[in-house]
Amino acid sequence: MSLNLTNISKKNLFETHIYSSNLILEKNSINVLLGPTLSGKTTLMRLIAGLDEPSTGKIYFNEKDITKDKVQKRNVAMVYQQFINYPSLTVYENIASPLRVLKHEPDFIHQKVIEVASLLKLNNFLEKRPHQLSGGQQQRTALARALIKNADLILLDEPLANLDFKLREELREELPKIFTKRDCIVIYATTDPMDALLIGGNTIVINEGKIVQYGKTIDVYKNPSDLISAKVFNDPPLNVFESRIKNGIVNINNIEFHLSKSVSKNLSGNYKVCIRPHHLKNKKEEIDDVEIEGKVRICEINGSETLIHFDYNKLNYTSLINGIFNYSIQDTVKFYFKPSNCLIFNSNNKITV
Amino acid sequence: MLPIYWLLNMSFKTTNEIINTFSLWPINFTFENYIKIFTDSTWYMGYFNSLAYVLLNTILSVTAALPAAYAFSRYKFVGDKHLFFWLLTNRMAPPAVFALPFFQLYSSINLFDTHIAVALAHCLFNIPLAVWILEGFISAVPKELDETAYIDGYSFPRFFIKIFIPTITAGIGIACFFCFMFSWVELLLAKTLTSVEAKPIAATMTRTASTAGYELGLLAAAGSLTILPGAFVIYFVRNYIAKGFALGRV
Repeated sequence: MSLNLTNISKKNLFETHIYSSNLILEKNSINVLLGPTLSGKTTLMRLIAGLDEPSTGKIYFNEKDITKDKVQKRNVAMVYQQFINYPSLTVYENIASPLRVLKHEPDFIHQKVIEVASLLKLNNFLEKRPHQLSGGQQQRTALARALIKNADLILLDEPLANLDFKLREELREELPKIFTKRDCIVIYATTDPMDALLIGGNTIVINEGKIVQYGKTIDVYKNPSDLISAKVFNDPPLNVFESRIKNGIVNINNIEFHLSKSVSKNLSGNYKVCIRPHHLKNKKEEIDDVEIEGKVRICEINGSETLIHFDYNKLNYTSLINGIFNYSIQDTVKFYFKPSNCLIFNSNNKITV
Repeated sequence: MLPIYWLLNMSFKTTNEIINTFSLWPINFTFENYIKIFTDSTWYMGYFNSLAYVLLNTILSVTAALPAAYAFSRYKFVGDKHLFFWLLTNRMAPPAVFALPFFQLYSSINLFDTHIAVALAHCLFNIPLAVWILEGFISAVPKELDETAYIDGYSFPRFFIKIFIPTITAGIGIACFFCFMFSWVELLLAKTLTSVEAKPIAATMTRTASTAGYELGLLAAAGSLTILPGAFVIYFVRNYIAKGFALGRV
């Protein structure tokens, strides 16, 4: 089982939503579609689901061309960001509805509904209407409806975005478990890099209608193919600096340091050097850590982490540190980073290291 | 409440008592007026005729307005906004304007003095109204609901009947209510387009009053009965109307 998008694009009179893209998704895979808002995640999913027709290109499922097939003919399931359920039906009937359409035996339907409902912890709400449930339960109902019919393709369009923090964490942990046992391709759209890292599987990075990178989530995170991919995959935003490198010595803003040994000593020219916020620490860990003496601009404590924006020599830096640090504005604090943690991109945005 | 009370008060009096004495309640309490209405066919047929064309009109208006409102809400097409506004302008002209063309048209195609004639004529202002109300309710339902249903495998007709109509029952209820009310109270077209067979109750009332002198008690009884259907319908849709106000479409 595989899904193959060939030269897929979507445009209307005025703008292009998806530039010509290719993508092959294998069976039994969870694919995170990661991109900022308006990057074309939903458009791409609608094309895959068959809700919209692509302007160019073909979609193959198991080598069969399904580009012209209607939604009803494709065996897909989809969950939206908004909690979409049939308000006039009970939760039980909501979950059962895809099977009712397929005209299964009532006994079989009942058995399946109970099975899926217990998987999503909805057993106690089956006789209620969707609007009597909490947001989390409503979204579970929508997920249950997506799971019940053994779809070949399950599309989840930011399913957790409208949930509160606690519920999101809870469901985010459960989702991968639910989907790993299934014989289907899952596509999970999100704006949150954390989602991608927690869910694992593969990641498709999309930005401004272009598929930037596709690969195993951990590989995409560790080795972004270009600056856009690195930026999309980092929250809080990546620190990006223009810098001169001369024989392996980097100069950002009058801070000089040697690149790690693995990098060619002959590297010279203008590059973009990036440091992930959580790699900027306030403790020196190794001897060759580089020191920046920054002036704190903003210090936000969110739970167990501290987000610090600081200035050094007219440039702004962002640092995310585990633990609570209550710095005042204008405090002078020393920050450290390891040269080996730097990501270096050349002017074409392609990674060099 | 006073005029309604006075109407009820009068309906239980004899015409003599109404004209000659002033009393806050009937002295010679009588059901005679009501008995007359329910036994005399010119009277009760008036109610039957009115109800017939009003119900017919309500069904016609709402069934025609549902797909139209769905289209206005879900699809973009050239001039959709103008067409939507133009529909409403039909409500702005007084029905009298249309009395003559309708009369001529129905006379020439032998529809004159039938229930369907009045029902169709009332569609002129009820369909735009129903479209306007329903469009608000349909737009409040996210488009994703439709799409979810297609993804679940519903065909369009099946989705529309099984999922969509139950979802917007409140809107349909309100649309029915307003169509019913406007058709029920409309007199001019109903009177112009009928003579004997489909004569509405309101017309019966005016004609009786002019030929048999002042039969005030009888008239009051007929009036009281005329209020009933409206009150009855309001009772059923009162909860929905609040919802309609919340959507700004009532």
